[in-house]
Amino acid sequence: MSVLVVVLVGVLFAVAAYLMMRRSIVKLIFGLLLLGTSANLFIFVAARLVPGRPPIVAPGQSTLEPPFADPLGQALILTAIVISFGVLAFAMVLVKKTYQAIGDDDLDALDPVSREEEG
Amino acid sequence: MSALWPVLWPLLTATVMGLLWRHPVWHRWIGVGACFAHVFIAVHLMGEANGRGPVVTTLGGWKPPFGIVFVADRLGAAMVLVTAVIGFAIALSSVRGIDARREAFGYHPLVQTLLGGVCGAFLTGDFFNLYVWFEVMLVSSFVLLALGGERRQMAGALHYVSYNLVASATFLIGMGTLYGSIGTLNMADVAQRLPQANPAVAAVVVGLLTVAFGVKAAVFPLFTWLPASYHTPPTLVSALFAGLLTKVGVYALIRTTTLLGPDSAPWLPGVLVVVAVLSMGFGVLGAVAQDDFRRVLSLHIVSQIGYMLFGLALMTPLALAGAVYYVLHHILVKTNLFLIGGLAKRMCGTERLAGMGGLYRRSPGLSLLFLVPALSLAGLPPLSGFWAKLFVVRAGIEADAWAGVAVALACGLLTLFSMLKLWNEAFWKPAPQEPTEPLWTARRKWMAVPVALLAIGTVGFGLFAGPLFAFSERVAEELLRPETYVQAVLGGSK
Repeated sequence: MSVLVVVLVGVLFAVAAYLMMRRSIVKLIFGLLLLGTSANLFIFVAARLVPGRPPIVAPGQSTLEPPFADPLGQALILTAIVISFGVLAFAMVLVKKTYQAIGDDDLDALDPVSREEEG
Repeated sequence: MSALWPVLWPLLTATVMGLLWRHPVWHRWIGVGACFAHVFIAVHLMGEANGRGPVVTTLGGWKPPFGIVFVADRLGAAMVLVTAVIGFAIALSSVRGIDARREAFGYHPLVQTLLGGVCGAFLTGDFFNLYVWFEVMLVSSFVLLALGGERRQMAGALHYVSYNLVASATFLIGMGTLYGSIGTLNMADVAQRLPQANPAVAAVVVGLLTVAFGVKAAVFPLFTWLPASYHTPPTLVSALFAGLLTKVGVYALIRTTTLLGPDSAPWLPGVLVVVAVLSMGFGVLGAVAQDDFRRVLSLHIVSQIGYMLFGLALMTPLALAGAVYYVLHHILVKTNLFLIGGLAKRMCGTERLAGMGGLYRRSPGLSLLFLVPALSLAGLPPLSGFWAKLFVVRAGIEADAWAGVAVALACGLLTLFSMLKLWNEAFWKPAPQEPTEPLWTARRKWMAVPVALLAIGTVGFGLFAGPLFAFSERVAEELLRPETYVQAVLGGSK
């Protein structure tokens, strides 16, 4: 189970890196999105996968019997997902505005623009 | 006092501004008032941290290492104090320095959330919480950078956003590895446990964190986002960024290196020396080649970060004290240079050095105000930059790091050269065309006030180098004995 997720994380990282190195601005955003997702999945698997053992203290007992699934790792991911959702929403609007301002989907078209004088 | 106040105060201010969204003119004065109060909060916290040792605040009554903890030791409190001062200067300048459209879209509240994020990053004692404050700061800076929607702003913001998102992902992966290996994210607890973990895993963790913080600090070779974006927003925004954002990265590097470095990653100082020397060199060479006021200043940030890292990498008490003094001095000086750049741009109508000129003849006062931070940056006595460089270079000589010392001195010379280039082009040479409008409008006079305040601060930083350096030495002492920090955070729960 873990191995499968690990492979998935690796593939996602590779896809993200590939997309980010393309010249298209839209692909850059897809790359960033996948990078964030794969980082979250990475934390998920690094905090150990323990299927079918929720961290709930059984009736009549005062402590948890290991092994149990660690809820903290998942709480961290939840926070990271919320943050990356907000940031990526902003990034997508930015990409749209950039495309409108530059009229090109090519990252190489950015450089001359950033050298312009303010009008 | 709770170590949370310097973080909550700007966020509270931003909320009040949000409630008064339709009255952006009120935002200006709320901002000035709140930032003024922020300075006092920071001074108070500083007094406590300096007098009685680290101020520790646990959130929600959860004892560390289980809950999130805020720690104001001398370094954190000093950084918060300088942040508050810069915040005040920017708020004062913003009263008349920002256009109505940007104000209507929330410029003032964004400055406050940025300050809140920066202070949060300086005070938190938990790695994941550090990530959260980084993001608070970054999102505010993303919007500030893109606000206004000019073509070149969009181009700059895209570089900045994508590079920083990659850094955030790197930080997250580092944290995942950390949590997966030792099951804690509390900095003090990590400092205790990481040495017992698998050395290979520890190396991966420290390496990932260093790369992530290196991007934020804009060190070689991770600095390219900075010259691509810092010259695009309004100068006030650049000034705020230039003073604070990269220094948050430097702070995080200082914190992790001193807490985790010696035990978990003995190779780290060696790497940092190389990075520091390359940052110094490439930054200054890049700056010398530029022909635009703000681009010259932006690349100097990279070079100066190199000096701070050089001090950090040597890890002797003198070097670390020098690095701390350097950070504090540089925040004041760099913000001031950008603010003056903004004034000069308004006066000349351009930032291209070729199109500027004649400012010395028309306003000797402004020229003097430029010379104070410019010569301080270049390291001329008795200004603060001289002492900062002196401490770092002397530490380098004592540690026999001759190559680093040689590069540091050569870069000092090149810094002086490029400051003189700015002087010659913008101030000394005759104006390309005879100016028609008056130089000092009421708005520009107002914007010169914070410049003058920061210049006085810079002179004071140089004149009182003795006591300030003594303080930096106490900071260094605290940093070199992480047991104090660990004890202050975990003491109660062990």
